[in-house]
Amino acid sequence: MGALAPVDSDLWSNDGEPHLMGGRLPSGEIVFPMPQGDAAEGVEPVKLSRHGKLWSWTSQGFLPKEPYEGWGSGENEGPPDFKPFLLGYIELPGEVIVESRIVDATLDDLKLGMPMEFCLTPFSDTHCTFAYRPEKIS
Amino acid sequence: MSEDVYIIGAGIHPFGRTDGRSGREQGVFAVREAMADAGLEWTDIECAYGGSAAAGSADIMVNELGLTSLPFTNVANGCATGGSALVSAQMAIASGFYDLALAVGFDKHPRGAFNAKPSDYGLPEWYGQTGMMLTTQFFALKIQRYMQLHGISRTTLGRVAEKAFKNGTITPHAWRRSPIDLDTIMNAPMINDPLTKYMFCAPAEGGVALILASEKKMKEIGAHGVKIAKVAVKTRPPDSFEVFQAGVSIKEGGKPTVLASQAAFEGAGIGPEDIDVAQLQDTESGAEIMHMAENGFCKDGDQEEWLANGWSEIGGKLPVNTDGGCLACGEPIGASGLRQVYENVQQLRDRAGERQVEGAKTGYSHVYGAPGLSAVAILQS
Repeated sequence: MGALAPVDSDLWSNDGEPHLMGGRLPSGEIVFPMPQGDAAEGVEPVKLSRHGKLWSWTSQGFLPKEPYEGWGSGENEGPPDFKPFLLGYIELPGEVIVESRIVDATLDDLKLGMPMEFCLTPFSDTHCTFAYRPEKIS
Repeated sequence: MSEDVYIIGAGIHPFGRTDGRSGREQGVFAVREAMADAGLEWTDIECAYGGSAAAGSADIMVNELGLTSLPFTNVANGCATGGSALVSAQMAIASGFYDLALAVGFDKHPRGAFNAKPSDYGLPEWYGQTGMMLTTQFFALKIQRYMQLHGISRTTLGRVAEKAFKNGTITPHAWRRSPIDLDTIMNAPMINDPLTKYMFCAPAEGGVALILASEKKMKEIGAHGVKIAKVAVKTRPPDSFEVFQAGVSIKEGGKPTVLASQAAFEGAGIGPEDIDVAQLQDTESGAEIMHMAENGFCKDGDQEEWLANGWSEIGGKLPVNTDGGCLACGEPIGASGLRQVYENVQQLRDRAGERQVEGAKTGYSHVYGAPGLSAVAILQS
């Protein structure tokens, strides 16, 4: 994945063990994503947990329209080039529930509350985004 | 003390696809029907409120309807465009400033799922680039969790769609007029799990117009109206879970539908048990199920029994979406909320033909949309 550019360079921390970036409001509440512009005033960037619990999930079975930039969206591409994917919400305990792609799983694998861990995943030939996957039981 | 307000005229342009007729022309068609229904001329209308999401400004309708110099306010409130137009028209009369007002909504969308721009909803670009800017995903994610927590089966999702298409067969303004059996619905291509193709409504076209009057004016012209007992519009409260949300609070917050429903019941001075017919936002099958509970008509999880026993069918204890709802009519955003009110006006005036709910005296309608808002209208004959 090293060769792929992040879809947004501020979305996760760019270090050895990347974390999704959220923000801590003056009230103490944690939000995702980190607010931008004037809304960021007084909001402290925080690294969000790499581990969470599955809160809900679904599949994306058809090619989204613009502004989608994943496989199938290119000039000479169409629905046959689209790669269906899974997505859902992951509850990061004590922090926030984040919407994320889900990888390394099938619909049948997914269960409410199952442990999930952060990872990165390609979504086009040039870019990667964040995802969560079922935690591997070691 | 404000004046009581009545709907004395209702018009609709059939929903679906009408090639060669613009969204606004469908709105004009509906206005003419509503005026004929009320026995009025365009020159009688004192003020107007209306809009569309994708078919242009409503105030240009005066080109076709007549240059009477009336104040015509454009409403642009997404899925609540119709509801907001209705509230505005109601307030114009309730305040005593006017005696006759028009509320109109129309639309014409391209085929396929709605596409929205992240920046329009205060979201970063990556949200759309990675394929999350889809309303259909939200509904699937909301019902998936709800099914897990409250024991709703996939078959119940199918039954909602089956009922919608059945009601569509006896509704002249519906788009889908043929029945679709449960097996076909369940085995159709999966759009966003657990929702198949036939469990989703599609963007469409159509127009609806309602003419509102003060009690004095209604009596003066001898019109047959239904009373607006209460209209309530609520945007999302803190910590809620809504469409287009990259992050959700871990605190379980309120719901705009629950707030709008409670405000409407309180304002009307009645409860869910007093409702004879209900039109609930059914963007997809799961939405109707969840909205039955959010609007106070049943407990979470009881929908399983409701659908299995046909309690929300015409002839059941509370018929829901008697004209087939969004599933059978499609969703022209600007017109959809007013269609629900139109259907209740027809039901309460005993003009709903084959789909008439016997003895319906009190009607309830509920619309939900991005970015987390609900409008509820309670009508009484």
